[in-house]
Amino acid sequence: MSTTLNSKIPAGKVAEKWTKYKAEQNLVNPANKRKLDIIVVGTGLGGAAAAASLGELGFKVKNFCYSDSPRRAHSIAAQGGINAAKNYQNDGDSIYRLFYDTVKGGDYRAREANVYRLAEVSNDIIDQCVSQGVPFARDYGGYLDNRSFGGALVSRTFYARGQTGQQLLLGAYGSLNRQIAAGNVTMHVRTEMMDLVIVDGKARGIVTRDLVSGELNTHFGHAVVLATGGYGNVYFLSTNAMGSNGSAAVKAYKKGAVMANPAFVQIHPTCIPVHGESQSKLTLMSESLRNDGRIWVPSEKEDAEKIRKGQLKPTDLPEEKRDYYLERRYPAFGNLVPRDVASRAAKERCDAGFGVGTGQAVYLDFKHAIERLGQSTIKARYGNLFQMYEKIVDENPYETPMMIYPAIHYTMGGTWVDYELQTSIPGLFSIGEANFSDHGANRLGASALMQGLADGYFVLPFTIQNYLADQIGVARMNPDEVLEFKKVKEDTKALIDKLFAIKGKRSVDSFHKELGLIMWDHVGMGRTAEGLKEGIVKIKKLREEFWKDVRIPGRDDMINPELEKACRLADFLELGELMAQDALHRNESCGGHFREEYKTPEGEALRDDENFMYVAAWEYQGTEKPAKLNKESLNYEAIEVKTRNYK
Amino acid sequence: MSSFLNSSIGKKFLMSLSGLFLLSFLLVHLILNSFILFDNTGELFNQAAHFMAANPIIKVVEPVLAIGFILHILYAIILTLHNLTTRPVGYNKQKQAHASSWSSRNMFVLGLVVLTFLVIHVANFFWKIKFTGHELLEHGMVGEVENTYLLVTTFFIDWWWIVAVYVIGSVALGLHLYHSIWAAFQTLGLSNQLWRRRLNRFGLLVSILIAGGFAVIPLWVKISSLL
Amino acid sequence: MDLTLKVWRQDNAKAKGRFENYQIKNISPDSSFLEMIDELNEQLIQEDKEPVAFDHDCREGICGMCSLFINGRAHGPDEEITTCQLHMRKFKDGDTIVIEPWRANGFPVIKDLMVDRQAFDKILQSGGFISANTGNAPDANAIPIGKDKAEESMDAAACIGCGACVATCKNSSAMLFVSSKVSQLALLPQGKHEAVRRAKAMVDKMDELGFGHCTNTGACEVECPKGISLDHISRLNREFLLANLKP
Repeated sequence: MSTTLNSKIPAGKVAEKWTKYKAEQNLVNPANKRKLDIIVVGTGLGGAAAAASLGELGFKVKNFCYSDSPRRAHSIAAQGGINAAKNYQNDGDSIYRLFYDTVKGGDYRAREANVYRLAEVSNDIIDQCVSQGVPFARDYGGYLDNRSFGGALVSRTFYARGQTGQQLLLGAYGSLNRQIAAGNVTMHVRTEMMDLVIVDGKARGIVTRDLVSGELNTHFGHAVVLATGGYGNVYFLSTNAMGSNGSAAVKAYKKGAVMANPAFVQIHPTCIPVHGESQSKLTLMSESLRNDGRIWVPSEKEDAEKIRKGQLKPTDLPEEKRDYYLERRYPAFGNLVPRDVASRAAKERCDAGFGVGTGQAVYLDFKHAIERLGQSTIKARYGNLFQMYEKIVDENPYETPMMIYPAIHYTMGGTWVDYELQTSIPGLFSIGEANFSDHGANRLGASALMQGLADGYFVLPFTIQNYLADQIGVARMNPDEVLEFKKVKEDTKALIDKLFAIKGKRSVDSFHKELGLIMWDHVGMGRTAEGLKEGIVKIKKLREEFWKDVRIPGRDDMINPELEKACRLADFLELGELMAQDALHRNESCGGHFREEYKTPEGEALRDDENFMYVAAWEYQGTEKPAKLNKESLNYEAIEVKTRNYK
Repeated sequence: MSSFLNSSIGKKFLMSLSGLFLLSFLLVHLILNSFILFDNTGELFNQAAHFMAANPIIKVVEPVLAIGFILHILYAIILTLHNLTTRPVGYNKQKQAHASSWSSRNMFVLGLVVLTFLVIHVANFFWKIKFTGHELLEHGMVGEVENTYLLVTTFFIDWWWIVAVYVIGSVALGLHLYHSIWAAFQTLGLSNQLWRRRLNRFGLLVSILIAGGFAVIPLWVKISSLL
Repeated sequence: MDLTLKVWRQDNAKAKGRFENYQIKNISPDSSFLEMIDELNEQLIQEDKEPVAFDHDCREGICGMCSLFINGRAHGPDEEITTCQLHMRKFKDGDTIVIEPWRANGFPVIKDLMVDRQAFDKILQSGGFISANTGNAPDANAIPIGKDKAEESMDAAACIGCGACVATCKNSSAMLFVSSKVSQLALLPQGKHEAVRRAKAMVDKMDELGFGHCTNTGACEVECPKGISLDHISRLNREFLLANLKP
């Protein structure tokens, strides 16, 4: 099968494309909507918003999540906020500026038309969320408050304390609950998608495993929507939830959906540093902390060493002996440079021997902010974050600077989609973090929530109809009677049996930790061709070992977390290689993808627009064969492509 | 209305209302009893007791009061029986004291103690005054006014363990009230951040006043008889 | 740290459970409680035994998936945190730790330490939302909301639906959970229009699902990882009474 990528970008000026598309696309009439089934996998911001909105429109939606409730989806953990071009602060914001910042922040590797649409619907999202009862922060006049975030010169981020993701998700979850009660959405909790079913070249359903009974089931849908989030857990240690996984994406990939820019992962600069070997995940401290916190390391190595040995306290170090390296290197944006820039700068300082704590940490200091604004203001802004930090690290950040270090946080890459958010498999859609489209090589803070909700509330419910309008003649299938469904179910059963049959010695986690280390060392913040090649060899070897030596206790007809983890890891082991392959082929540095060979003399990322201004969309050729590269070239019509400069 | 009374909050609403009504009775009762302390001739108390017995308004209120007691007890039983079914398998270890006060967790037990005391108390005085009569009541009667003072004081002076029973009953009542005054307002929806603190303090004050007041009378009578 | 763990094991919802004792060695005080259980599970897998099943996901105290009754307290011996945020430095070397699942009629155990909390979803489905279809909304600033009201609403909205309130309540009452949603929405002008229906429907559903009656002990507030106040229960009571007064 050969894939030709048609991004289906509507003609016309970038600002008119979405309006024009909406005016011209096909719609499904109300009577036909209830004859159409849509499967939505995932209940995060994208999934819940899409399932609720599609239900409101009258479609019959089947919604799936692996946790015990839709509200557990990891969107809930987003802290800082959500961007929108409301310009409520009168600071010169506009749809164009949000669009421009997002494309620039993504280092010119995002699709222009999609990003413009994202900026366009951003305002509707805020309206929608307020009407759902999301308690955004407000000023005394009762109007909405904003904060600023990295990569922007305006305050356009709406927030609900440090729990914005939670509140937005609960808003979407409320709408979803309403549709569940109305009978338009059927919710399947503790159910994991195991594979995708394709009938006559179109996505027609999924095979699931009931995580309580272990039963394998098949579900039919006229269309399938993946809202399954990112694959950051390929690194084992990340800020993702323990259960977040890339399996739906990998299953789709293996069935023909091309995978775009898998190497583009975001490393978040403000996470709590690793404490030891038993560490299971990393905790993010919201980027909003960089609004008031100042990042520094000692300017002399001896001081850094003393601090590491506990002979010197950071509070004892005088101002002149501190290196506020972000403010020094990037005077215009200072501590608010984009995430990739801040992360690399921290790594650079620590690699050079200036790190504190275990050596893999820098300080985020609120001393000046507390002096300037008072402790009560800082407490009101970041109280819950400070409390969280204290619980984990056992230090009081009001008194001593926080320690932070970058960690894997978000994956910009994902399943390739066209303007309609349809993958290269007809009838299969991908939304939110699961797709690749809006953030290019780096995502700006507070834009993930925006994209998830934009896709779920305002884009997919329209674009999916353009596809479904052709499907009204397709009768609901009974999966038990369709050969393709039976086949995929058998394949899934065979995969599970194969895993149990290995009866090896090592636990799933031991493999996962090893994969994580390989990924962090070879496909992490600073990548080299040599390192990537070595990484690929190691991943292949580990994959072989996994299939020979993994041990899964228990049975498949019961709750079996080890089996769940093994199924997910099997997919990560393939995805990791694909990421390395993508990183290896991209001979440039852009956004979160930093190749040591391609940098300016000052150490900044060096893009190669002439040769790499394209989306790398990888096509599956078999597990042991290298994936085939397809290219979607990126054309910027509304934006002049420049070197990113935050100085 | 029936669906309201079948709901958990509706049942508790009745508990709260009847409880607050009973509290108003306790306050009146305490004021009358305190006359024993302030006038050792007993005349004031006897006059008051006579007024309470003879006044037509009180005659109307009496059955209402009885209904209040019955409702309060009935709903306590209904609610408690349901709450006993809500955790079929208990915890092996639970540190309840960390999160809540003993009295708040044992309202039913405290209620039972208070009820037992109430039965004893009614048999001791109310029953005699109202129905059977007693020789002490007729001792030195002034007109229609019976010598209730003599009945009460003699009783406490003769049996020290009765004094103990009354003190225990009062303390149980105090603990019961300490939790229930704020809780009643809370259930009626009449509490918030500010009023919760006020109501808690008010509850403490009232429960000390009532428990202390009721306990002091038998102690005072007994002790002053020994002096 | 070396510890003795007394853990509830139960094969499935129907099976009879029992406590089992495990010894675990060399736990770092900087480990989280769940990382300690991860290590126990690694040990059990190596011994060819079945690992302990427990609910967890985000491990940063916000998804509400983790539970556990640890040494007699919901989410263990620390204030305003979830089990995943509990760290081993809160225990002493040589301690015996009793680990039990949430216990309540509304939360049946489905395996080991995992419980089924779908009752919470059902309560919210009965009315814990504002009926605003996508696309209906006026401009976000069209209806100003006073800062105090917005903040109080946010206080209530902080609920993570973990169920610690039910687990810790001597009556297994879900009033704090229900009140957090009712209160959040009742405080906002957008939520007022269906406030009457909401309070009635949610309380009816809560009663139907076998939760106990609130006796105002206040334990839920103390053990709530998000410190949600009892004052919201009072607002729920008020909303419910008003709902029943209106024809």
